[in-house]
Amino acid sequence: MRRAYFRNNWIAALVVAPQLLIIFVFFYWPTSQALYWAFTFEQPWGGGNEWAGFENFRNLLTDDRYWHSIRVSIVYAAGATVLSMSAALILAVFADRQLRGYRAYRIGAIWPYAVAAPAVGLAFRFIFNPSAGVMSYVNEAFPGFWDPILNGDHALIMVMIAGAWKQVAYNFIFFLAGLQAIPRSLIEAGAMDGASILRRMRDIQLPLLAPTFFFVLVININDSFTDSFGIVDTMTAGGPARATNLMVYKIYVDGFRGLDYSGAAAQSIILMLLVIALTVVQFRYIERRVHYT
Amino acid sequence: MKSTYISAFAVAAVLGGAAQAQDKIQFEYWYGLGGYLGDVVQSTCDRFNESQDTYEITCVGQEGYANAVQNTIAAFRADEHPTLVQAYDAGTADLMMSGEFYSVTKMMDDFDIEIDWDDYFPGIANYYAASTGELFAMPFNSSTPMMYYNIDDLEAAGFDAPPATWEAFEQLLVALEEAQPEKCNYAYAPSTWIDLEQLSMAHNIPVATKNNGYDGLDAEYVYNTTQHVTHMENIKRWHDEGLLELRTSQGGLNARDSFAQNECSLYFGSIAGHQTVHNTASDDMNWDVEMLPIYEGFERHNTVVGGAALWVLSGKTENEYRGAAEYLKFLATPESSIYWSTNTGYIPVNDTAYQAMLEQDFWAEEPYAGREKAIESLTYTEPTELTGGIRLGGFIQARSEWVNEVQAALGGDKTMQEALDTAVERSNAVLRRFERTYRGKELP
Repeated sequence: MRRAYFRNNWIAALVVAPQLLIIFVFFYWPTSQALYWAFTFEQPWGGGNEWAGFENFRNLLTDDRYWHSIRVSIVYAAGATVLSMSAALILAVFADRQLRGYRAYRIGAIWPYAVAAPAVGLAFRFIFNPSAGVMSYVNEAFPGFWDPILNGDHALIMVMIAGAWKQVAYNFIFFLAGLQAIPRSLIEAGAMDGASILRRMRDIQLPLLAPTFFFVLVININDSFTDSFGIVDTMTAGGPARATNLMVYKIYVDGFRGLDYSGAAAQSIILMLLVIALTVVQFRYIERRVHYT
Repeated sequence: MKSTYISAFAVAAVLGGAAQAQDKIQFEYWYGLGGYLGDVVQSTCDRFNESQDTYEITCVGQEGYANAVQNTIAAFRADEHPTLVQAYDAGTADLMMSGEFYSVTKMMDDFDIEIDWDDYFPGIANYYAASTGELFAMPFNSSTPMMYYNIDDLEAAGFDAPPATWEAFEQLLVALEEAQPEKCNYAYAPSTWIDLEQLSMAHNIPVATKNNGYDGLDAEYVYNTTQHVTHMENIKRWHDEGLLELRTSQGGLNARDSFAQNECSLYFGSIAGHQTVHNTASDDMNWDVEMLPIYEGFERHNTVVGGAALWVLSGKTENEYRGAAEYLKFLATPESSIYWSTNTGYIPVNDTAYQAMLEQDFWAEEPYAGREKAIESLTYTEPTELTGGIRLGGFIQARSEWVNEVQAALGGDKTMQEALDTAVERSNAVLRRFERTYRGKELP
């Protein structure tokens, strides 16, 4: 591999300075503040903050509510990722086959990504509303079938579907690009050898799509840990009975509503470590199975 | 109005005549109320700006009480905070412990503005006062919960008057269910403010030890041992028997709108929603409000204020404080009070304004009729040690613990007693955390 070198390091420094500055201001500085708060008892309005050592972390890790929140987040991340990736893959395969009207369809499938999470939440809140929304017809036929207001499992499924729907568009773009990058000649050769559509997909398209698949997986999992806030906030506010109290939502509630800055800071440090760990694991163990061409 | 004008001129003179009409003294005010009520807050600012030309108040809506407090804290840490902030009842303990405010009593004193603090209703003033009785924040939008009922539905069920006891209330629910099996009887949404705090006040039973936290940071919640448990068990039973329906925003239509749109016959809510119900309900809907029912064997006591107060924050210039003082003085006039109560459901906060409104027969006719019941509820008795208010740190978290546990009980995951025991245990942990964060400090 070839590398470009700058003779004058000052120019190099100057070129990267704006990015470094942005990363510092919006990432390193807040992170270091959170780290500091996590080890102190921070009073919301400022003023004496006492050193706490690991007490904030100890409180969290001995709290079964916190473990519950972690479990819910993992279930949500797994559910939303599987749902959105499989839906996006199916849609992308259809778009790739260039059936009639695929251009309009392609634009339509990209659209949802431009919708803000709270708006998605509001729309799905109506769709899944047990007494006034679309689901009320189902409830009329089978009374008590759907009740996300009191049933935690229903609420979690509802949030998962909304989160997945929003992510489908993003995944779709990558899958479609990945599919279109596969040389036509390979597929045509398969077709001439008599392979069926499904067979060509399994043996040619999906293996060649593996790098894209891997990238999308990492992004989706991280995204469902950190970006689910808007949907939860508008749809369930973490309820009922904490059934949708995802880690990121709990941070918001404890920190900004409850003014427990130190507890929330400790939680965000743990969330950050968790996301980093997940990414490392994925790169170490899953990436090995991925072959880049 | 005239005295405002004159004192404004006096201030200008003191400043060496430098303050001319065109460069007014500017200061900011952040408020939490949103929607229609927020518009009315904004109009009080416009009225203040038009009433004099020395000061100019800039009012910024923050869409929600919690947002107003959060944003103010963030701004405070960056030294960009407003002079005045509207902070909600439940955040009182946090603000008091911060010490980052300028007591309104002291401020009015410093600027030689006469305010008769004894004139404020004790059920309101106590909520925002120090242990010495000194008011730290200016009571502003004040409400208390009421029972909203549909007169026609009650009559159809054979009730000429709203129930005064919860026992009668249950009979009413049963009668309503028989008279109108299709309609929802009671639109319910779990609310600590009504089901726990105000119910406890009205029955003179404690929410927490140490007089609900007034006497020290080492208070503990005890509501899992009081009549509150019986009440919540009733709520659960009514829910299980189909006598009440859960109506929350997450479910589409909240309790207030369910009532206003004539879907449900009863609901409990703040008097502040009175105007909104009026605006929403059709003209032929026949409804009224009444004080909360009381359990048999208990004596009715005063309820306390809900809503928010105006806090003056530290770290501002003398001129800004002077402007804030003038604005607060402007709000305290009976005219402003009447304007505020006319346009919202909120009640006047002091006796002078109340008397002025009584003289005008303000509550004699629609749409204001009924709102005087809120004042009756607030002033029903002199506050006792248990009905002075709530002063518990991290109270927002404690409220959320309660709501989540009650949801779990209503969902059938556990009994109501188990749910309340857990909520108390969790909320006590919040109190201990609060105590730890402010170690070495005491409530003022």
